[in-house]
Amino acid sequence: MADKLKLYGKEFDSRLLVGTALYPSPAIMRESVAASGSEIITLSLRRQSPEQQQGKMIWDYIQESGCQLLPNTAGCKTPKEVIALAEMSREIFGTDWLKLEVIGDDYNLQPDPFGLIEAARELVQRGFKVLPYCTDDLVVCRKLLDVGCEVLMPWGSPIGTGRGLMNKYNLQTLRERLPDTPLIIDAGIGAPSQASEAMEMGFDAVLLNTAIAKAQNPVLMAESFKLAVQSGRAARNAGLMLKRQTASPSTPTLDMPFWQQSITAENGEKA
Amino acid sequence: MQLLVNGEPKNFDSAQSLSEVLQQLGYRGDTFAVAVNGDFVPRATYEQTALNPGDSLDIVAPVVGG
Repeated sequence: MADKLKLYGKEFDSRLLVGTALYPSPAIMRESVAASGSEIITLSLRRQSPEQQQGKMIWDYIQESGCQLLPNTAGCKTPKEVIALAEMSREIFGTDWLKLEVIGDDYNLQPDPFGLIEAARELVQRGFKVLPYCTDDLVVCRKLLDVGCEVLMPWGSPIGTGRGLMNKYNLQTLRERLPDTPLIIDAGIGAPSQASEAMEMGFDAVLLNTAIAKAQNPVLMAESFKLAVQSGRAARNAGLMLKRQTASPSTPTLDMPFWQQSITAENGEKA
Repeated sequence: MQLLVNGEPKNFDSAQSLSEVLQQLGYRGDTFAVAVNGDFVPRATYEQTALNPGDSLDIVAPVVGG
């Protein structure tokens, strides 16, 4: 299979990235991530006292997962906070990869485009491989590329809403105007059909968390998302038919039997 | 000397290095990272990093994330 996802010089078979938060238990998280087939997982850093055990739990998982780690800067609101957290992440997790989040609004967790560009510029200069969580604004995306981001992660809809692809026109525009940039739909995906749709539209991958973690059966949902992303990617590669305004028969009409009767019926004549 | 450790005031005997303070607080191993007054401090410089009264320490460790 030559259809690899290429990000910052690394190749991946899976086009589904998953978060590690909100699961009912660490065991279900591990099982779900495995079922998703994901090769890139997100995690984070928080203040902890030495007695708190979450650090050890996630650390043990990191050691055995074999996944590319993608630490995030969730909750940061300024470039200064981002830089400090990014450097701490790089030291602990031993990776330059960073899911850059600069939140501009507490209510819908919308990325702050100005802080995002400023932080991305500084992080790239410090050697980070930045994957910014951004809005679907073409101009903001171009600026992020200008400062050295090689991958962009536009939102489908606000984090945790499950509303899917909120603004398909903007997303389609991004895809068409940035044909060579790896684009990952991050956030807002609630159902496998939405992930599949993103892949059919030509996005390179999908990143999600809540839709799996908060499912009644997270492991089964992880499997479902894996299949949906694979299906959507295959459909994109296969080439979707063009939409048409009028019906067009799929069964051949040539040599149809009884054709004389139907013509006379249409004309209202008696046989 | 009073320091703000993860947002909570804590008292220490006298002026000490960051590595001494971390040891007193019980941090071991390498699964945590530190910022002093909002700036990242690399692990290799803990011993040379002097702390002053009122300094704010943020000590972080891995957590789940989305």
